[in-house]
Amino acid sequence: MNDKPSLTNNMFVGWVFVIAAAFAVALAAMGLNAYVQQILFYIAINIMLATSLNLVNGFCGQFSLGHAGFMAVGAYTGAMLSLKFAPFPENLGILNFPIYVIAGGLAAAAAGFLVGMPSLRLRGDYLAIVTLGFGEIIRVTVLNTEAVGGARGLYSIPGNTDFAACVHVYLWAGATILLLWRLVHSSYGRAFMSVREDEIAAECMGINTTSIKVKAFIISSFFAGAAGALFAQTTNSLNPATFTFVKSVDVVIMVVLGGMGSLSGSVVGAILVTILPEALRPLQAYTGGVDLRMVIYSLALILLMILRPQGLFGSREWVQFRFRRPRATGS
Amino acid sequence: MEEFVQHLLNGLNLGAVYALIALGYTMVYGVLQLINFAHSEVYMVGAFAGFYGANFLRLTDKPGWGAFALTLLMSVVVCSVLGLCIERFAYRPLRNAPKLNALITAIGVSLFLQFAGQVVFGATPQFFPQVLEDRTLFQAGAIQIQLFDVTILSVALIAMAGLHYLIQYTRTGMAIRAVSFSFRSATLMGINVNGVIAVTFIIGSSLAGIAAVLVALKYPKIDPLMGMLYGMKAFVAAVLGGIGNFRGAVLGGIIMGLSEEMVVAYLSSSLRDALAFGLLIFILLVRPSGLLGQMKVEKV
Repeated sequence: MNDKPSLTNNMFVGWVFVIAAAFAVALAAMGLNAYVQQILFYIAINIMLATSLNLVNGFCGQFSLGHAGFMAVGAYTGAMLSLKFAPFPENLGILNFPIYVIAGGLAAAAAGFLVGMPSLRLRGDYLAIVTLGFGEIIRVTVLNTEAVGGARGLYSIPGNTDFAACVHVYLWAGATILLLWRLVHSSYGRAFMSVREDEIAAECMGINTTSIKVKAFIISSFFAGAAGALFAQTTNSLNPATFTFVKSVDVVIMVVLGGMGSLSGSVVGAILVTILPEALRPLQAYTGGVDLRMVIYSLALILLMILRPQGLFGSREWVQFRFRRPRATGS
Repeated sequence: MEEFVQHLLNGLNLGAVYALIALGYTMVYGVLQLINFAHSEVYMVGAFAGFYGANFLRLTDKPGWGAFALTLLMSVVVCSVLGLCIERFAYRPLRNAPKLNALITAIGVSLFLQFAGQVVFGATPQFFPQVLEDRTLFQAGAIQIQLFDVTILSVALIAMAGLHYLIQYTRTGMAIRAVSFSFRSATLMGINVNGVIAVTFIIGSSLAGIAAVLVALKYPKIDPLMGMLYGMKAFVAAVLGGIGNFRGAVLGGIIMGLSEEMVVAYLSSSLRDALAFGLLIFILLVRPSGLLGQMKVEKV
């Protein structure tokens, strides 16, 4: 592969860039009103969801439909922990939040292992239906568990102050992109892509396909859970109605629109899909308050698949730097 | 004991309906190797077709076998046309695309019908018109057999027998079996594959339409999201029996219906929907090819 040090291959430069970008966004956000700030939070969280789902759906060629379920696991784990437990004292309280996010991510990763293990042994079709079912089971479980608020939802979840929260969320979003970028450009990334291109050929090359698929699924679930925990911190309340099937489809649309197998595509997809409904809000006045969003989404999904299945970016990245894309051969 | 027999009968009824829907999944999977996610929405549209048709023709004024048959017919026709349209406009353009794309399209079609259904039919549940009057046919202690139960079971059985005849004893059926066996060889043998796939969709969708009217007869509450749950359970039934296998779909449907009824009766009703997924994960772990399916080795 690429031995020369380049911008994308240098972890240190990457981290500096992520930290600088997070502070820059947070500083810029301070001048804006609360509504725009909220959208900025959602963009960061959706970037995490979309890029992590892309790892499974785009790079690994499997199809997961339950990202909202993993997000819910992370969100409720992080939120319950933050209500019960604070390892750092008051004056260092800011350090508690990353711990909740990591805990949420780990809980989701464990759930990902449980769901992925049986279904990933088989062809991809089954994963779609199992993850779909898993997402619904999680939602119904939360709905019927009084300890986590049940249908009323969970309130007064601790969160950071605006500036710290914004830095925190964008640090996580940047870290997700950076880590996933490094991952898909490592030998693991090659293994993911080989599974996508041809499972039998991958197996012949000595790749344990089940193990590699489960690994991708666990990593993806971790970031979904982390995104969920961040979601809980920024909104300060949780409701099971947030984590419906529709949320999972939202994320799938981001990935498909951006291009499966393109991280920068997922970022663009996440930004577009977060902003578009807000921009289209005035349109509801003409449709008599009927939410046409999902009708448009689903139609867009069908048309995308028929007319431009590779999405906006295909498997290319916006920034190529010195990394050369492997040419896919055969079909 | 009497209670058990009653549950057995109810479970059998439910199973027959699941089997009808599962057959649609299995047939499409057989010819296209695609999970037709939109199938559950075809079922939903079938119920609404019956609803609007029966209300439009005022069939509730004269309930009886004629009204019931007419409702059934309307549902079947609408479902067939819908299935044909889905195949023609959503799946056919993707015939040579990667399978993942077809799967995403199937999910897209399913979502589109669900949400367009909410816009067109309204999101609030409606009540299916009484095109047939229920009455108790037989009673012995706690065992009670209603007319509806007998109707559901017999209509389902007739439909399955018709399907069996069609698949096993007609040229069309032979063509469907050939395409299921090998898509490419079937093309080489001069079979019009696109035609066969279209016919498969028509048959599968008709069965979903029949199932929709049968269920709506007994549980008249219908809404645009009703398809999802029945569809998913029927899919599990198809996988349980071995997807792509006709007898497997019927067997799977009946097992699914019986186990659901028994779990609700003797354990807890909150487990009703979790059962399907538990069962699915269990089969995938233990015998992924299903009860009657054969494990196919994927060849290069």
